[in-house]
Amino acid sequence: MKTVCLYFQVHQPWRLKKYRFFNMGKDHYYLDDLLNRSVMQKVARQCYLPMNALLLKLIKENKGKFRCSFSITGIAVEQFKAYAPEVLDSFRELAATGCVEFLAETYSHSLAALASPEDFAEQVKLHTKMLKEEFGVKPTAFRNTELIYSDEIGKAVADMGFKTMLAEGARHVLGWKSPNFVYANAINQKLRLLLRNYKLSDDIAFRFSNKGWDQWPLTADKYASWLTSDETPGDVINLFMDYETFGEHQNADTGIFDFMKQLPAAFLAKKHQLEFATVTETASKYQPVAVLHCPHVMSWADEERDVTAWLGNELQNEAFSKLYAQKDKVFALDNPDFYNVWSFLQTSDHFYYMATKWLSDGDVHSYFNPYDSAYDAFVNYMNVLSDFIIELDAALAAQKKKVAVH
Amino acid sequence: MRVLMFGWEFPPHIAGGLGTACYGMTRGLARNGVDVSFVVPHAYGDEDQRFIHIVNASDVDALYGATGSDADDILAKMSFIHIDSNMVPYISPEEYEEYHKQYVESGRTEWSTTDAWKQRYTFSGKYGANLMEEVARYAVVAAQVAKELEGQFDVIHAHDWLTYYAGIAAKRVSGKPLVVHMHATEYDRSGENINTQTYAIERAGMMAADRVMAVSNLTRNIVINRYGIPAEKVVTVHNAVRFAENSSEAPERGVKDKIVTFLGRITYQKGPDYFVEAAAKVLKRLPNVRFVMAGSGDMMNHIIRRVARLGIADRFHFTGFLRGEDVHKMFQLSDVYVMPSVSEPFGISPLEAMRSNVPVIISKQSGVAEVLDYAVKVDYWDVDALADAIYGLVKYPALSNMFASKGLEEVTNLKWNDAAAKIKAVYEEVIEENKKQ
Repeated sequence: MKTVCLYFQVHQPWRLKKYRFFNMGKDHYYLDDLLNRSVMQKVARQCYLPMNALLLKLIKENKGKFRCSFSITGIAVEQFKAYAPEVLDSFRELAATGCVEFLAETYSHSLAALASPEDFAEQVKLHTKMLKEEFGVKPTAFRNTELIYSDEIGKAVADMGFKTMLAEGARHVLGWKSPNFVYANAINQKLRLLLRNYKLSDDIAFRFSNKGWDQWPLTADKYASWLTSDETPGDVINLFMDYETFGEHQNADTGIFDFMKQLPAAFLAKKHQLEFATVTETASKYQPVAVLHCPHVMSWADEERDVTAWLGNELQNEAFSKLYAQKDKVFALDNPDFYNVWSFLQTSDHFYYMATKWLSDGDVHSYFNPYDSAYDAFVNYMNVLSDFIIELDAALAAQKKKVAVH
Repeated sequence: MRVLMFGWEFPPHIAGGLGTACYGMTRGLARNGVDVSFVVPHAYGDEDQRFIHIVNASDVDALYGATGSDADDILAKMSFIHIDSNMVPYISPEEYEEYHKQYVESGRTEWSTTDAWKQRYTFSGKYGANLMEEVARYAVVAAQVAKELEGQFDVIHAHDWLTYYAGIAAKRVSGKPLVVHMHATEYDRSGENINTQTYAIERAGMMAADRVMAVSNLTRNIVINRYGIPAEKVVTVHNAVRFAENSSEAPERGVKDKIVTFLGRITYQKGPDYFVEAAAKVLKRLPNVRFVMAGSGDMMNHIIRRVARLGIADRFHFTGFLRGEDVHKMFQLSDVYVMPSVSEPFGISPLEAMRSNVPVIISKQSGVAEVLDYAVKVDYWDVDALADAIYGLVKYPALSNMFASKGLEEVTNLKWNDAAAKIKAVYEEVIEENKKQ
C-alpha cells in the first residue's frame, strides 16, 4: 500500500504601492491597500473558501481516512485578518478535525535561510508562534520558502527541533534515485526528508486544464491508476503544490473542484490500495532508504530548480544585501512598527518580481508579477527600502539620545 | 514683420528642450514686434478629416503655464495653425516604425502608456506608415498652408529636421526666404552611427535655406564641418531661459541629505553612465549625499543594473519620467545639478536649474558651456573631475553658495528678448537679400 502525502502551500505577499522618490522622507506607508485587498478577496472567493469547504466535507465523509497538510505564511494570515477573516475561521475548522497537519515555515515567506542562520531561526520562531496562537498547534515538520533546501539548511532545521522537512525531488540531485521514498539529511540523519514528485504534482498544478496535453482530460480514476501502477514505484507519493491551484490557477470551469471531489474515493477504492497521510505521519511510517546529498541550494521553482528566480541577477543581490544589512538596527530598535515593515520587506515575491530570466519560465513569472519589468520592481523596492533605512536610522538616533539623557 | 514658423508644441505638451525653446523664442519675437504664424503638428485622430486647423490663440491650452498679465500681448501677435500629424520631436525613424507596427498588429487607432515610470506617448495610427513618409506628407500640407497665407508673411522659419521639407515647400510656393534652426544634429542624437536619411534631410534643409541658425558654436562647427554648409550662411543664436512669473513655493524636503540630480533622457547622448560612476566615487567619501536620476530612456535598464552592481542603490534613486510641475519640484529639491552630456547642441536644463538657485556642473561638450561662466565645466569622460566637482559643491557651502548666487545672476541676463532681437536681425538680412535677387 502506497502512502499519498498531499501538501498545500498558502501564501499572499503584501504588495508594495508605487512609491516614488518624492515620497521619500514624507510618506512611510508602503502598501498598496487596494491591490492587496482585491487580490485577497478574489482568491478567497475563488479558492480558499470553496476549497476549504470541500476539504472539510471530504474529511467528514471519509471519517479520518482523508488527510492532508498545509503551510500558511504569517503574511497570508495577516491579510486574512485584514480582508477575509472568514478564511481564517475555515482553516481553524480544518485544524479542529485532527486530519490536517500545519507545517512550520518562515513567517514572511522569506529567503532568510539564504541570509544567515540567525535570520532564518528568527523567522521560523515567529511563524511557530503564529501557528500556536491562531491554530493552537505545535508544528513538528518544516517546509522552507519555495522548498529551498540544502544539506546545511536541513541541518539548521533539525537543530531547531523539527523531525521532518520537505524538499524538491529535483532530478539533478536525485539522479537515478526515486523521490517516492523517505530520505534523510546528509549531515543530521535524524531529519527525514519528503521529496516532491514533481511530475505527478504538476499534472494537477500545471497541466490539468491544458487541452494540448495528451492526457487531457484528467479524471480522478485515471490519476489514481497512475499512482498505483508499476511506473510509479516506491512507498510514498508526495504531491506538493500551491493551494491557489484550486480555483485560481486552475479556475472552477476547468473542473478542478470536481476532480478533487472524486479524488479521495478513487484513491481509497479497493482496486487502488492507496492511503492518505499527513507529512509527519508519512515520514514516521517508513525508514529512510538513504541520505540525500544536496551541497548546493535547490528549490521547486523553474526548470533549473535553483534559487536564481530570487537571487539570480545584480538587482536581486543588491536589494537582498541592502535589506539584510539592516537586521542589527531593526533588532536594536526593537519597535513593533519597524518589525512589521522588516517582516513584509523580506517576502521572497519582491525579489521574484526583479527576475530577468524570462526565457523558459517567463509565463509563470509574468503571471504573478504586478510590475511591467524587473527594473520597475527593483526601483520601487529600493525607494521603499531607502525610506525605511532613513526612518530606521532616525529612530535609532532618537533612541540613543533618549538613553543618554536618562 | 511677419514670420511663418514651423515649430513644435509648447510645454507642458512636450517636455523636451525643443518645445521650451520655441515658446521662449516666439515670446521674445512678439516682444520685438514680430508677428508669428505658428504651425505645429497636432494629432487629431480619426474623428476629424481636415488637414489644417486654424486655432484661436486663446484656445491653445499650452499657454496655461504662462497665464499672467503679459501673456496677452503675445497672443495678439500670434496665430496658431495645427497640421493634422502625429510627428513628435526626438522620435527616430526606427521608433516611429515600431509604433506603427504595433498599430497595425493591434488594430487600435490610438493609445498611450499609463505607466508612471515612462513617458506617455499618444500615437494615432492613421498617419503615414513610416516617419519619412510622414515628413513628406507634412511638407505637402505645409505648402498648402503657405499658399493660403500668401502675402501674410515675409520670412519662413523651420525648427529641427522633421519640418525642413515643410520649410522648403513653403519657400518654393511663396518665394519667401527660409531660415532653418538646428537644435540638434544627427551626430548629437546617434553618435557616429547616423541615420543617413535623416542626415540627408538636415543637409537638404540647410542647403535650401538662406540662413542656418545654430544653437551654439559647437553646433555651428558641426554644421560647417560635417554637413559642408558654407560658413557665412551659419549664425549662432544661443538659447535663453524664461523666468516663471510666479515661482511656486519650494516643496518640503523629505530627505535631509544633499541631493545631486541628473535630469534628462537617459540615452547615450546625455552621458548618464558617467554620472553613475562619479556617484559611486563620491559615495565612498561622503555619507550624507543622495543621487537622483530623473527621466527615462533606452539606457535606463542598463543604468539601473550598473547602480545595483556598484552596490549604491540605497543612495541612488530613479524617479522615472517627470513632467510639468514635477520637473520644477526636482530642481528645487536639488543641491547640485549635473549635465554630463557626451554631445549637447545647447542644453537648456542647466539654466533651469540655475534659475532654481542650484549650482550646476556641465560637460565641456555642451553648447551651453559657451554662455556660462558660473558653472563647473568638466570633460564628460573625466569621471574623477566630475566626482571632485560634486564633492566640492556638496562639501563646501561657500563654493556652492557662490555658484548658486552668481549663477542666478548670470542666467537672469540670458534673455529671450535678446536672442529674439538677434533672430529678427537675421530675418531683416535675408528679406533684404531676397529683394535684391
